[in-house]
Amino acid sequence: MSQSTDEATSRSTGQDLRLENVSKRFGDFVAVDDLTLTVPQGSFFALLGPSGCGKTTTLRMVAGLEDPTVGQVFIGDDEITHLRPYKRPVNTVFQSYALFPHLTIFDNVAFGLRRRGDKDYKQKTRDMLELVQLAPYATRKPAQLSGGQQQRVALGRALINQPGVLLLDEPLGALDLKLRRQMQIELKRIQTEIDVTFVHVTHDQEEAMTMADTIAVMNHGVIEQMGAPGDLYENPTTTFVANFLGQSNLIMADVNDVSGHVVVADCHGQKVGVARSRSHTKEGKGWLGVRPEKIFASPAGSEDHRNANVLTGGRITDVSFVGVSTQYLVAMPWGQELMVFEQNTGQRAQFKNGDEIDLAWSRDHAFLLDAEQDAHAGVITPEDME
Amino acid sequence: MTDVVTPTPTPVVDGETSKRRGWGWLLLVPGMLWLAAFFMFPTVQLFFTSLYDPAGSYIEGYAMTWHFANYLDAVTDTWNLFARSFMYAGITTVVCLILGYPLAYAIAFKAGKWKNVMLVLVIAPFFTSFLLRTLSWRAILADEGPVTSFLQTIAILPDDGRLLATPIAVIAGLIYNFLPFMTLPLYASLDKVDYRLIEAAGDLYSSPFTGFRKVTFPLSLPGVVSGTLLTFIPACGDYINAELLGTPREYMVGNRIQAAFLTEHNYPLAASLSIILMLIVLVMVIVYVRRAGTEELV
Repeated sequence: MSQSTDEATSRSTGQDLRLENVSKRFGDFVAVDDLTLTVPQGSFFALLGPSGCGKTTTLRMVAGLEDPTVGQVFIGDDEITHLRPYKRPVNTVFQSYALFPHLTIFDNVAFGLRRRGDKDYKQKTRDMLELVQLAPYATRKPAQLSGGQQQRVALGRALINQPGVLLLDEPLGALDLKLRRQMQIELKRIQTEIDVTFVHVTHDQEEAMTMADTIAVMNHGVIEQMGAPGDLYENPTTTFVANFLGQSNLIMADVNDVSGHVVVADCHGQKVGVARSRSHTKEGKGWLGVRPEKIFASPAGSEDHRNANVLTGGRITDVSFVGVSTQYLVAMPWGQELMVFEQNTGQRAQFKNGDEIDLAWSRDHAFLLDAEQDAHAGVITPEDME
Repeated sequence: MTDVVTPTPTPVVDGETSKRRGWGWLLLVPGMLWLAAFFMFPTVQLFFTSLYDPAGSYIEGYAMTWHFANYLDAVTDTWNLFARSFMYAGITTVVCLILGYPLAYAIAFKAGKWKNVMLVLVIAPFFTSFLLRTLSWRAILADEGPVTSFLQTIAILPDDGRLLATPIAVIAGLIYNFLPFMTLPLYASLDKVDYRLIEAAGDLYSSPFTGFRKVTFPLSLPGVVSGTLLTFIPACGDYINAELLGTPREYMVGNRIQAAFLTEHNYPLAASLSIILMLIVLVMVIVYVRRAGTEELV
């Protein structure tokens, strides 16, 4: 627990959360597989993945609610691997909130302080209720509050203890979309204000990207890729990440030479270039990935794409207008349908079904992935991607 | 942040229930009729019987003389039986709570796949008659029986000491017979306690014991209240245990009522004793439930 007296020093020495070679097995099932990661102090860190990927188990091991089968957990230099939950400088916002139904909102929020014998708990609790905007509800019981209010009680009840690390287990999962967006902004604001490390578990990629400084995408108990939201989105290293964060067109390509500045990929006879920093495959087969919104569609042969990659021979098969953009499905000569999103700038007319078009994108906007991987890994909605 | 206050959905709920109310009350009818015929009517009858002239007999019949003195006679005669009944029932309830709570807790949280087996074991005694089970305690507690011999061997009991025909035997019998009535409501309450709340208490710096004291136990209070009531009330009126495991020195008010009804055929005395017992238990229960503060519970 970082005491107020040495707050400055604790920050400088670093109260980073570290997991070293942590695994958790339930019988034969490996929930978390040799996980090593560092969460810098004060950062907003998201563990993102589909259900069953091991993200909640990871969180529970940090909270002390599960014992790692092997590996170690540290906060700063202190090992907490097998410490009982009530002895850790860690608090949790539970998925179901787990508010104490027999206690008032005030008593729920004051719970942790009173257990630790804090004499000043009344004032601190009132301040916390102010922070989460629940002061008028202090004497109510949890059942008398709406979902969003209960969520804020859960947050206040954890934050009031000034934990070194705050764990959030799908904290917004039970809220409706509009309220969830509001709470995302609110959580981010509070995190910035109090400068506590947040470890946020979620299956919602948009939520993770909106809030987190760093995202670790988990799948089958391992971290697929970790980085800033922008890096993960722009330069995914696996098909799972490419599909789970946003949407991707994945096109089978032949890769001849990966040594140069620009790796050339042959997509069914048409050659395109990919920057080497974005090429994550060996020579041979590879998946060429392009985000639908990175593609510029133009009538066949109408434009000169000198510095861009071009795939010709597309034909529009579906047009859906969604307001801010128009989403096209484009059938390519090799039978695959690609997605193209075009921003509704009003500069030019929509394409129609059957229009012949060329697809172009900048060399910095594609990525190359290992062809051994499943092109459908991490796809959230069923997409028509070969 | 905008304060999102969901409006209380009271009107909708009201609308829904009033739609159903027309049919719902019909479900009450069979039970109400049953209660009227087999509870209300006998209770009123009992009340009148308690005011009959004790000079009558059950062969010749009784005259209704509003003989309130029956109550005075009943109390002066038997106040020590009342006192003993409440003392035995009180001890029984406390010991049942002490024995039943850990048992119910273990079944609810620790039994895992054995949960159902353990619940069946708790109920299993009901498969045999109450009377037979109590009779078999005579063998267990008999002077030459295993328990007495053992206690004499380890010198807890003097060599001429006995268990049968002592208050200990009667109370032990009561505890044995009413333990399931304590355990089952406790189990029902504890089983409903969300395990995640106990985890949350641990996350908020409660040791397992503090977590129990602050979260698990308060949430199990409805079970404690119903368990103690289900134990205390029937234990107050019990007479089988005192009859089979005790002597007249251990007799409870139930024994007196039984004798007045079935042996002496003194119906007015038996009826007034019954009414007094009912009223005292009723007052105690009301005070207890008020004090236990069930409105504090969810």
